[in-house]
Amino acid sequence: MSGLLKSSIGRKFAMALSAFFLMLFLLQHFAINITSIFPDNGATFNKMSHFMGTNPLIQYVMQPVLIFGVVFHFVMGFILEMKNNSARKVSYAKNNGAANSTWMSRNMIYSGGFILVFIIIHFIDFWFPEINTKFIQGDWSGLHDGEFRYFHELQHKFLAPWRVGLYVLGFVFLALHLLHGFSSAFQSVGANNKYTRGLKGFGKVYAIGIPVGFIIIALFHHFNH
Amino acid sequence: MAILDSKIPKGPLKDKWTTYKDKIDLVNPANKRLIDVIVVGTGLAGGSASATLAELGYNVKAFAYQDSPRRAHSIAAQGGINAAKNYQGDGDSFYRLFYDTVKGGDYRSREANVYRLAEVSANIIDQCVAQGVPFARDYGGQLDNRSFGGVLVSRTFYAKGQTGQQLLLGAYSAMNRQIARGKIEMFNRHEMLDLVIVDGKARGIIARNLVTGEIERHSAHAVVIASGGYGNVYFLSTNAMGSNATAAWKVHKKGAFFANPCYTQIHPTCIPRSGDYQSKLTLMSESLRNDGRIWVPKKMEDVLAIREGKLKPTQIAEEDRDYYLERRYPAFGNLVPRDVASRAAKERCDAGYGVNATGEAVYLDFKSAIERYGKEQCKLHGIKNPTQEKIIEEGEKVVEAKYGNLFQMYEKIVDDNPYKTPMMIYPATHYTMGGIWVDYNLMTTIDGCYAIGEANFSDHGANRLGASALMQGLADGYFVLPYTIGNYLSNDIRTGKISTDTKEFEEAEKAVKDRIDFFINNKGEHSVDYYHKKLGKIMWEKCGMARNEQGLKEAMAEIKALREDFWKNVTVPGDANEMNPELEKAGRVADFLELGELFAKDALNRTESCGGHFREESVELDGPQKGEAKRDDTNFAYVAAWEYKGEPADAVLHKEELEFNDIELKQRSYK
Amino acid sequence: MNLTLKIWRQKNASDKGKMVEYKVTDISEHMSFLEMMDVLNEQLVNSGEEPVAFDHDCREGICGMCSMYINGEAHGPDRGVTTCQLHMRMFNDGDTITIEPFRAAAFPVIKDLVVDRSSFERIQQAGGYISVNTSGNTTDANAILVPKENADKAMDAATCIGCGACVATCKNSSAMLFVGAKVSQYALLPQGQVEATERVKNMVAQMDLEGFGNCTNTGACEIECPKGISLENIARMNSEFLKASFKG
Repeated sequence: MSGLLKSSIGRKFAMALSAFFLMLFLLQHFAINITSIFPDNGATFNKMSHFMGTNPLIQYVMQPVLIFGVVFHFVMGFILEMKNNSARKVSYAKNNGAANSTWMSRNMIYSGGFILVFIIIHFIDFWFPEINTKFIQGDWSGLHDGEFRYFHELQHKFLAPWRVGLYVLGFVFLALHLLHGFSSAFQSVGANNKYTRGLKGFGKVYAIGIPVGFIIIALFHHFNH
Repeated sequence: MAILDSKIPKGPLKDKWTTYKDKIDLVNPANKRLIDVIVVGTGLAGGSASATLAELGYNVKAFAYQDSPRRAHSIAAQGGINAAKNYQGDGDSFYRLFYDTVKGGDYRSREANVYRLAEVSANIIDQCVAQGVPFARDYGGQLDNRSFGGVLVSRTFYAKGQTGQQLLLGAYSAMNRQIARGKIEMFNRHEMLDLVIVDGKARGIIARNLVTGEIERHSAHAVVIASGGYGNVYFLSTNAMGSNATAAWKVHKKGAFFANPCYTQIHPTCIPRSGDYQSKLTLMSESLRNDGRIWVPKKMEDVLAIREGKLKPTQIAEEDRDYYLERRYPAFGNLVPRDVASRAAKERCDAGYGVNATGEAVYLDFKSAIERYGKEQCKLHGIKNPTQEKIIEEGEKVVEAKYGNLFQMYEKIVDDNPYKTPMMIYPATHYTMGGIWVDYNLMTTIDGCYAIGEANFSDHGANRLGASALMQGLADGYFVLPYTIGNYLSNDIRTGKISTDTKEFEEAEKAVKDRIDFFINNKGEHSVDYYHKKLGKIMWEKCGMARNEQGLKEAMAEIKALREDFWKNVTVPGDANEMNPELEKAGRVADFLELGELFAKDALNRTESCGGHFREESVELDGPQKGEAKRDDTNFAYVAAWEYKGEPADAVLHKEELEFNDIELKQRSYK
Repeated sequence: MNLTLKIWRQKNASDKGKMVEYKVTDISEHMSFLEMMDVLNEQLVNSGEEPVAFDHDCREGICGMCSMYINGEAHGPDRGVTTCQLHMRMFNDGDTITIEPFRAAAFPVIKDLVVDRSSFERIQQAGGYISVNTSGNTTDANAILVPKENADKAMDAATCIGCGACVATCKNSSAMLFVGAKVSQYALLPQGQVEATERVKNMVAQMDLEGFGNCTNTGACEIECPKGISLENIARMNSEFLKASFKG
């Protein structure tokens, strides 16, 4: 076990584990967000948001784990990219990468980088205000003017077209990242059996389905307010 | 001829090797650490010998001109490796393998060596499987066999069409284990350029580091030459571009006799030459002849029309085709041995019936096999009244399963679809049965200098059977040399390290450096390849598949003249102290230019026809075998071992008479 | 056909090197790519220039010696072939062809198009073998039964020719297809089980030490591999390595 993270395959494994965690998180995030377009004027969404926002297990255990996972995935991704670049000191005068691999697989660092930018904006939009309200101002009620504030905040954020555009773009990059990342993570942990093919197909559905779902939610709120 | 002592142990044939092993002197493990052995070449023979000697405890220095031992040309062997395992229960035995090999070699090999080869063949398979060589298996998980080269039993083990590769990688893995332990010191990209003899014993070599150009001295208590054959003397052959005879030729010049240089195997199924730029020829496995029918058109006008592209081979009617092997050899048909099939192709092409632009190609046609298999499949699948298309479709599937990779290889090279139109094939130089003369211990006529694998004159006599080369290489390296060399080295336990600071090393090094300086400084007008191609043309035309007195005499004179011109007019660009492929080639071609002449001399001397050596003067004049090769056992049942005396033309012949006590000499008949 | 060649020329390991342009004329479409290079070299020798150094040997796609990066692809634009099996019919009259050495920090250039692949050797020495001495007393070959499926898969992995195209083509210069193939061959056979744990750990450690990059599963290696070695072998190596690591 010792030194696992120092080995190339160990690092791949760590990248894949953090990826699995993030993909699970993404699924959960999506499951809650989709409730915001239910025709109950945000009631379910508010209920779930309040639970997630105030449950001690989520807030004190899962939230730090998530932050660690995100930071780890990014930092490790950048470290690996740098190491990989240094494995070829002189680059080719002519390289036809498109002949043998997908654009997505060759540009994970760029799709990932854009997702990082997106996450920062997303944090500024939602997460920082939330931390501010709860941990600095100490307001754990989740109420604003006597009502749950979550649904209104959500609707409010998707008013500005530039932000919606940015979110859509963010999700497009997420889709590109996942289109390679999903099956790549399984390959990295050594998945190789009769289910591998099916898993690849499911990966495509996931990689496109989830981001498209998020895009629909964003557009829904933009046009239905 | 007292000078040649084959040192065959006394006693009955089948006990010789066992008795020998029981009686030889051994070196104790502590003393083995004090002994160095140099192995030149890392193919099946050299690789397996290096690994085994290192396992035993000797310090091995191994040399390869490629960047890894794994790239030696043994890797290109396709079909398989013979072993008398009798796994198929079809009556195989050591004796039967021995018998087939001696007969296949047209009774020109040494009985005792061949029997030993047959005995250890079974061990080879065990050893390779233990190493993790992935031989083909059947559904029960047991090893599969195929039959090969017209013998009557299935004794060939194989790993798809890459048996040589897998066996070499097995030996290579065994080497790697010893390199990691420090018992083998590996010198990749190094070429041996001379042998050093001290007090009559081989004690080291001079080698050139092919990356830096540095000339290095390496000493050892024994030197093993495992550098393969000399097929590239023909320029075009199925050998690798770098395959060369330099190591073998250097030891010959230092006193090792060179045996039977004229025994060369011309393989019948190779892809024909397409133009003058051709650099090498590609073999198509012999197994194709199991299903392919060989033919040329009967009518000259059809031949001409084909050459001009006006007619396609598929348009020629059945009755206008000459299936010449089936016509001449009704009993064996397309499955006659390699030498016979090659000569028959040459005969047709010489008569003007060659079917490509160069006039040197015959057809290998799978149409009837495809139809036969197709009908069989349709019957099996219960298809009633199948259409011709359906039959062909089903038949092609069967052929693809059997030969798919070969068909694909052919299509990549020739750009023709062999499922739809017949393949074109022509014979090409493939293997050399001749080589450095060795005794039963595999030692040359120089004390402490050994030759193994294709580099020695070997166990194959005048013609080698399919799937026997891999067997011999590994037998020599894994199971024979490690015993016999110990017997010799047991006298060297008190010798201590051999110094390289002696006048013998100095002189050898100087000779090597002088020659290199000559090449670099000689500002001639022709490239090395210019001479190599010319030599190849002489060899192919006059020392090829059919030889005669006049041609051989001309060849000797022409090669001599060419060699003299080479030493005046060759040009080698670049420097000595750097990687310089042209310089490497220059040294190799210089040696081929000498070897070629000895080759012709040997062929001239042997006025009989035997195996791969066919003298036009020695044919059956009448009877059922009319026109076939005629062996002369009264006058030529000997090994011709040549002693170097300066010019190749002055080489002195020594005869090792061959005795056949356990086998009756017969004419090979395939009619 | 007539062609313009842009070829990397570098005198030795310490030289900086540069692309140099050459013209060749009357190239037959039936020539192999290396025969075209022979024509160029003959031309250079005859005009007193130094020919282009390139690795090659068997010229039938099995020794793994040839190693050019042609028009941005390892072994050129054809599939399932090495450079020596690539034929000029893949190109058109008037084409400009860029020819570079395989590039990776672990494959330093020796001269022109010749690179040093001894890093592969050291990886094999770290564990690419089964520890069995030659004796003539090993168990009978048929005493070890191997299911046909495993034997076939082991064979597929073992067909790797060690040319390094996987490294050259990988955007990360990763050697995992090469190492994965060797690890897989032994992992699939009963003979390889005894040393499996140490083998995969040692070979991967050596691979890392040599400075190869890390696999990001782009799959380019599998496409460019002249022997079609499957990515499955990398997955198998990953799981073998993880198993070995967790065993301690």
